[in-house]
Amino acid sequence: MSQFLRDYLTVVWFAAIALLLAGLLLGISALVRPNKPTPQKLIAYESGVDPVGDGWSQSQIRYYIFALLFVVFDVEAVFIFPWATQLERYAGFGLVEMGVFVFVLLLGLVYAWRKGVLRWV
Amino acid sequence: MVAADLPYWAQSLLRVLGGTVAVLLPAGTIVYLFLFKMMSFMQSRLGPMEAGPYGSMQLFAEVGKWLQKEDIQPELADKRIFKIAPLIVLVSTFILVAVVPFGPDAWFTNFETGVFYALAVSSVSVLGILIAGWSSANKYSLLGGLRAAGQLIAYELPMVLAVIGVVIQAGTLNLQGIVVSQNAGSMFGWDGLGNPYILTQFVGFLVFMISVQAELTQTPFDMPIAESELVSGYMTEYSGFRFLIFFIAEFANVGVFTLIASILFLGGWGIPFSWFGWTSVDSIDNWMNVVGPLIMVTKMIVLSFIVMWVRFSYPRLREDQLQRFAWKVLIPVSLVNIMITAVLKVMF
Repeated sequence: MSQFLRDYLTVVWFAAIALLLAGLLLGISALVRPNKPTPQKLIAYESGVDPVGDGWSQSQIRYYIFALLFVVFDVEAVFIFPWATQLERYAGFGLVEMGVFVFVLLLGLVYAWRKGVLRWV
Repeated sequence: MVAADLPYWAQSLLRVLGGTVAVLLPAGTIVYLFLFKMMSFMQSRLGPMEAGPYGSMQLFAEVGKWLQKEDIQPELADKRIFKIAPLIVLVSTFILVAVVPFGPDAWFTNFETGVFYALAVSSVSVLGILIAGWSSANKYSLLGGLRAAGQLIAYELPMVLAVIGVVIQAGTLNLQGIVVSQNAGSMFGWDGLGNPYILTQFVGFLVFMISVQAELTQTPFDMPIAESELVSGYMTEYSGFRFLIFFIAEFANVGVFTLIASILFLGGWGIPFSWFGWTSVDSIDNWMNVVGPLIMVTKMIVLSFIVMWVRFSYPRLREDQLQRFAWKVLIPVSLVNIMITAVLKVMF
């Protein structure tokens, strides 16, 4: 196996040890902890009073718009990374190209700003 | 290095043991040193004093206590998802630490695209937090989870963009390469200090540390937890050891993020190569594999001290202020920072 794949296999081992550690401690915990469920104990916590309505209440659409903006910017950040490593070779040409790219990116942000999307309320 | 002669399973075993230490040791240090002691001193009290000298055994007492707590899962909760959520957060911490190099040969993985990997993996914990908030079937948890997701994606961007300045200067995405280029570098022909990027990328460093503060949901940015309005945010319904896993992961993340910040901006495990006449990573003496981790831990403690100092000093930002700050201040600043860095890099 190549070094490249081995490095990624190490990541799998790291995930496995995290699960193993958590499983071990939860297992020990399961042996020593008490377990006395009562109906009152198992209702959702709402500062002591009985919960009103459903726990899965509706939430606002603004979260969705921020998520959308995030996807746009994050994908564009992906394009900047390879350019950043090779800037020395591209020199002036790369600089102008990325200047245009970042300008368009900023334009998108300014557009969202002017549309009032970035205002939380 | 010695480990290179071992069979693969032994190498992997060493790595995962080292990784466990690299997650748990910073977490324990930060909790004891800063959360127990520094916060107490800043609030004119002593903090834990009973367990061991100066309460130094308090951590073990705490773990023992949490092990015995009843594990309560709300009736209406989506039980399977509810149980998985803390594990995802912990796994995200572990696979993030896998990319941190601690010495010239003391690394777990040596990705060519290490920076990229670190940034990608650091956002996995958002998933855990979001499903924790959703599966609890509790209004506080749901709001906390959504706030956390909104905040983490908003501050992910300035963090990514701030790192690009470092990548432009180093010309590589490999974390090991970034460490070497800082310590082998020179400032205006003088190489006595190398070229730590905190000096040339100070704006990037500030943006990065602010984003880290927000990514870790530490206090000026702790809207997702906000104990005065959301009880405990997405962790409200968690009790017993599952809560402790969230707690450990939170402080382990402080350690890992500050380790990454020290690699990107403070020169990582290295000392300026000119001090000992090293020229490349191969000519470094072997004792750096022992001294390197110590240097890393020192830098980590200094940076996490700053994170905690800010945490204990500032009041919480409102949700709209928090989003506005990310989108209208940090992102434009970091985009301008990229362009200025690029212009200077091409000119000199």
